[in-house]
Amino acid sequence: MYFVRRLIFAIPLLLVVSALSFFLMHLAPGGPFDSERAPASPQIEHNIRAKYHADEPVWKQYLEYLRGLAHGDFGVSYKYLDHSVSDIIEQGLPISATLGILAFGFAMGLGLPLGFFTAARRGRWEDYAGSFLAILAVCIPGFVVAPILILVFSIKWQLLPVGLWETPWHMVLPPIALGLFFAGKVARLMREGMLNAVQSEFVTAARAKGLSENKLLLKHAVRIAILPVVSFAGPMLADLLTGSFVIENIFQIPGIGVFLVNSSQNLDYPLLVGLSLLYAILLIGMNLVVDFAYTLLDPRVKYE
Amino acid sequence: MVTEAGRQRPGAGSHRPAAGGQGTVQARFAQVARIFFGCLLSIASLFISGCMRQEAPADITILNGAEPQSLDPALLTGQADMRVAIGMFEGLTRLDPTNAQAIPGLAESWDISPDGTVYTFHLRTNLVWSTGEPIRADDVVYSWIRTLEPATAAEYAGQLYYLTNAEAFNTGRIKDPSQVGVHALDPFTVRVELNHPTPFFLDICDMPMSYVVPRATIEKYGDHWLMAKPLPSSGPFELVYWRLNDKVRFKKNPLYWDAANTKSEIIDILPVGSANVAINLYEHGEADIVWDKDLIPAEILDVLLQRPDFHTFNYLGTYFVRFNVTRKPFDDPRVRQALAMAIDKKRIVERISKGGEEVATHLVPDGTADYTSPDGWGYDPVLARKLLAEAGYPGGKGFPPFTYLYNASAGGSSKIHEKVAIELQQMWHDQLGINMELHQVEWTAYLDALTSLNYDVARSSWVGDYDDANTFLGCFVTGDGNNRTGWSNPQYDSLVHQANAEVNVKKRGQLFQQAETILVRDQLPVIPLYFYEGINYFDTNKVQGIYENILDDHPLQSIAKVK
Repeated sequence: MYFVRRLIFAIPLLLVVSALSFFLMHLAPGGPFDSERAPASPQIEHNIRAKYHADEPVWKQYLEYLRGLAHGDFGVSYKYLDHSVSDIIEQGLPISATLGILAFGFAMGLGLPLGFFTAARRGRWEDYAGSFLAILAVCIPGFVVAPILILVFSIKWQLLPVGLWETPWHMVLPPIALGLFFAGKVARLMREGMLNAVQSEFVTAARAKGLSENKLLLKHAVRIAILPVVSFAGPMLADLLTGSFVIENIFQIPGIGVFLVNSSQNLDYPLLVGLSLLYAILLIGMNLVVDFAYTLLDPRVKYE
Repeated sequence: MVTEAGRQRPGAGSHRPAAGGQGTVQARFAQVARIFFGCLLSIASLFISGCMRQEAPADITILNGAEPQSLDPALLTGQADMRVAIGMFEGLTRLDPTNAQAIPGLAESWDISPDGTVYTFHLRTNLVWSTGEPIRADDVVYSWIRTLEPATAAEYAGQLYYLTNAEAFNTGRIKDPSQVGVHALDPFTVRVELNHPTPFFLDICDMPMSYVVPRATIEKYGDHWLMAKPLPSSGPFELVYWRLNDKVRFKKNPLYWDAANTKSEIIDILPVGSANVAINLYEHGEADIVWDKDLIPAEILDVLLQRPDFHTFNYLGTYFVRFNVTRKPFDDPRVRQALAMAIDKKRIVERISKGGEEVATHLVPDGTADYTSPDGWGYDPVLARKLLAEAGYPGGKGFPPFTYLYNASAGGSSKIHEKVAIELQQMWHDQLGINMELHQVEWTAYLDALTSLNYDVARSSWVGDYDDANTFLGCFVTGDGNNRTGWSNPQYDSLVHQANAEVNVKKRGQLFQQAETILVRDQLPVIPLYFYEGINYFDTNKVQGIYENILDDHPLQSIAKVK
């Protein structure tokens, strides 16, 4: 019941998202059909605006947009005239999602063990070294990591392709460049979680019962320690699935991350609103999944 | 903090201890983890297998700059778009790849009436679409009328306004397309009537808005006809697929009338957003040709230009500064002249653009067909200071503060506009004692400011649509949408109009010269800084059939790998 209610609440939320992005975009100076070359007659510009209904009042355009949306139609891109917004998402999302899932796997695969390890060796040099690495990963932005990876692995050692998205070899560096930040974040969350967990009463009780330290950490503390990571994982996955402008750009990957930024620069209203909605839907969906996962992970949590 | 927030999730519902033994919770945990990672793995493998491509390698891979906005010949406007569309569609004439002159395309010959206003084109008799249906004179008429149809909303429709009644039809003043000056006399003859003699009309016939497009497909699929499969093409290649931000793949059209001279079987054209990516892909052999000037890493350009695979050539483009002459003090020509003479343009091309560009004192680039520009003002800070003093600002005293508007550079990495802005700021300050602020905005905001004359001084550039002085000088006629300076000069307007009505090439050139003298010496609503240099890179030992020409257009048909 609780989750059904959440789903129903999501609808007005999505409406707000679409309205906000739609109207905010129209506040930006200029329009999507402005061109460096002025048409030979003002009538040409009028023809263009009429074709895309851009000559109508903004509120009317928005209602039109909503009507299309109700029929599952995201409209036509103003910038890529031969493509509908649905086409663009259909082409780019699977690619961005693959990149995102790989990056997610990388972030978890590196972050969780690192967080666990640094917490287990708390206060020793391993902890400091590991934590330093985690902070480094969080601090260095993707547009620095990616070129360094390319320089080392592709240009110097000639091991991997410099860009494009065709074979599994093309899918090695981009997820690492994209996932590194999240790996650092996950490691830090995991470490914090572990430190809190080992201080909690049930762990003290288990320790008093004479459980070995390793068993204690691995079997009992981890379960509670991972909760912050789980809450973070939802929005993180939504973020990763919708692609990254920087990484997709640097590696020349045909995902949708590039469109998310370009559409706002181009004032491509339909594409931008469509992508914002997609992001919102993923975010809401992932948060629901997170809450659901909580009920399974933590016996103390229950929604009604 | 994160931990607390994470654990409690405010508003996530009531928390309540639930019953359940240690064992079941552990089992659940393991189960969740298994399901979760299982899903992840299967989705990932599914995507990866779905994305793997097993396709033939292309003969030639070209990095083309920005993703085409459209490949619909009536709608496309960008050069990147045009360089792709030229593979699929052809007009009555086509470009000679060596020099970008118009040569016979779908029409094998034409007759021009003595007064230069009636063109009779004779189509080849062996023309078919890539799908096998014949191409006839009706298709030509349909394609041109489609460009002019108001509902098509073609931005470049104005390029066909040379036809009689074309403007009236495009702007809705007449509704009957048969009144427009293009008619099919028989299946192989097209008669075109022009308002006045237009010496570059054959060049107009090879531009995208004049390409011949497939009527049946367009009528069936509407706005998305380019996604139709199969897509009939009238040019040397057929579209295999077009994936946004990924690539356009062409294969040879065996039914093209000149298929015997199509040199490659498969051509891939990739949109690339940054110069670093482009050079990486090129150096790694993933691309054979890079032909967009935004894909040249400007920081290392001087080094790259030493290499034999980097080619520069004259190109019909000018970088200039625009004044808003409706604002004081830029309404005074002496102020504009003073600012122009205080610029050391040589320094700009040597320190900033670095591609071996020629300094510009006039607007129309050198090398334009049948035309020689008059000289404008050179670097003369002494005269500049004198003029500024005459205008009432001796030593820059009392000169109101103003801003210089520029847009973020395409490609982003080279920041040429910003560097030029800073250089101008410095030069004007040092030479004239005047101060200006810099104002960088996004592209659409920049265009909006220019069009609404909401700026003081702005960076600008213009790239010729066809090889003729009119494509530059026509911009500054009163009321032209590309004027964007507020400048108006009746004598200039009249000279440009006279030139365009003149059949005699030499007289026409002289009229244009008089007009340009007003523009770049007397009035100076714009300061030309330098002429663009075309740059592309490819190894001449591996690729042939691509030539440097003044339009920087390269028909795909002649391009091939050296075997």
